[in-house]
Amino acid sequence: MGNPCSPENPCNPKSPCSPESPYNPDKELKIGLSNVSFSYGEYNVLNDISFKVYKNDIITVVGPNGGGKTTLLKLILGLLKPDSGTIKVYSNKRAGYVPQHTFFDMKFPVTVFDVVLAGRINSSPGFYAKEDKLAAEKALYEMKLTGLDKQPFYALSGGQRQRALIARALACDPDILIMDEPTANVDATIGSYLSDYIINLERKFTIMLVTHDMGFVNSLVGRVFCINGDFQEHPLENADTAGCAPHLKGMQVVRHDINLFRNNFGRNNGHSHNEGTGH
Amino acid sequence: MGNFIAALFNPSVPLVWYAVLAGLVSSIAFGMIGAYVVVKRTTYIAGAVSHAALAGIGFALFLKEVYGIMWFTPLLGGIASSVIAALIISGITIKTNERSDTAIGIIWAAGMAIGMLFIFKTPGYGDPMSYLFGNILLISKNDLYLIVILDIVIVAIIILFYRQFLAICFDEEFSRVRGLNTVLYETILNILIAVTVVLMVSIVGIVMVIAFLTIPPAASGLFLKKLWKVMALSVVICASITFIGLAASFVLDMPSGPVTIICAVILYIIFLVFKNIIKSIKT
Repeated sequence: MGNPCSPENPCNPKSPCSPESPYNPDKELKIGLSNVSFSYGEYNVLNDISFKVYKNDIITVVGPNGGGKTTLLKLILGLLKPDSGTIKVYSNKRAGYVPQHTFFDMKFPVTVFDVVLAGRINSSPGFYAKEDKLAAEKALYEMKLTGLDKQPFYALSGGQRQRALIARALACDPDILIMDEPTANVDATIGSYLSDYIINLERKFTIMLVTHDMGFVNSLVGRVFCINGDFQEHPLENADTAGCAPHLKGMQVVRHDINLFRNNFGRNNGHSHNEGTGH
Repeated sequence: MGNFIAALFNPSVPLVWYAVLAGLVSSIAFGMIGAYVVVKRTTYIAGAVSHAALAGIGFALFLKEVYGIMWFTPLLGGIASSVIAALIISGITIKTNERSDTAIGIIWAAGMAIGMLFIFKTPGYGDPMSYLFGNILLISKNDLYLIVILDIVIVAIIILFYRQFLAICFDEEFSRVRGLNTVLYETILNILIAVTVVLMVSIVGIVMVIAFLTIPPAASGLFLKKLWKVMALSVVICASITFIGLAASFVLDMPSGPVTIICAVILYIIFLVFKNIIKSIKT
């Protein structure tokens, strides 16, 4: 269990605080939800959700299918409007959004470079400026996609597509990154590469990501939000044994490759926080 | 073919010249807009707005014959009713994503029905065949001017907002997150589709205009992987097919619409066979 935050023990991604006192005056508030509820017609998805996300937090959102994880991200992004409650995003930039890569039309005639360049879109007429192209090239380089930029988007593998979508979000130069299942349908090597990359990002960005991948959760150091219609936050060490257990146990039953993932990440990243937590 | 060339440059029959010019000019808008319709998979929206054109065409004919109002030409009427249909469709698809196909089907049928009733009530016009299947004799000099102006406007808007249209077609949600007014761009695109479709109605007719809108970009898309390249090749294909179709219909003395569409279908099949040959050589 994390310690309560205090000036001597500041809240940071490497040492998450207990849910009882997530507030730290040193941290800048980035996203604040208070009493947010949302339903699709008759179907109630999210009930009375409140939380605060601070600058450079890295939030892993877990929960069962249909629990409202993607809905929560879309509410924060402003793609959906809550039925009640307020959502505040404190940033002078717009968020970088990485949707699920399986959602795209695989016949669309567009190159990888065009996709990443779209991260620079704004409403002024005309063409992209040179600085937009440089930003896209830099993002492609950071996601190790240089050389694939002239390929059609649909010719990429799942992992490459996912990286292209992350590159598009990075090209926006955001300070908040919102990712929906960045490791879905991505092989273990790329998954570990992505988690390494996200860990390196965490100092620069406030990150919220949805995942079903417990290995991925454990490889990232940060806060864990459990969304299943309602909201619970758990310190990372206890994520799979604490109150979130019903959801996470469900995930473990489904995912037989979790130990493999966990061991991989443990070795690659040198994190030992998941050892000795009783699983 | 010699006859066609002779007729083209015969000053006493300017109608052939008007038709060819109108066809070539509107091919530019057609190839570009068709590419959007194909990549967005919204052929049914194009179908609905083209069929809704008949309402305005019928209304214009009715006003002309019954009230002697001459300025409201069938081309203007068609554009007006198609744009109204596009605005209604935009409103429906933005409000509810589900069930919009039903509403679009209703607009499709209602447009046809209103048009047919106006034509039925117009003395001397019992036959809507020319509008349904195309008749190059429908294009007047004033129509040609209007077609040229609209074509310039459409092409200018597409070039100026190319990247925004590409962004919303590829990923509407991401564009919204980035702060684009996607509703506005979506509506502009639907209006452009409506106007473009009506430009070609006189040549290929309401019923076949969707085929002519989608075949060239579909054929281009077999080989090209960038949207603007698909557009460019579609423009070339559209212009060639319009010219070949009009020449063939003139030489064979057959209606221009069906002849043009048959040319387009043959070209698509050739492209498809060619692609499969390339594929089998590669593997």
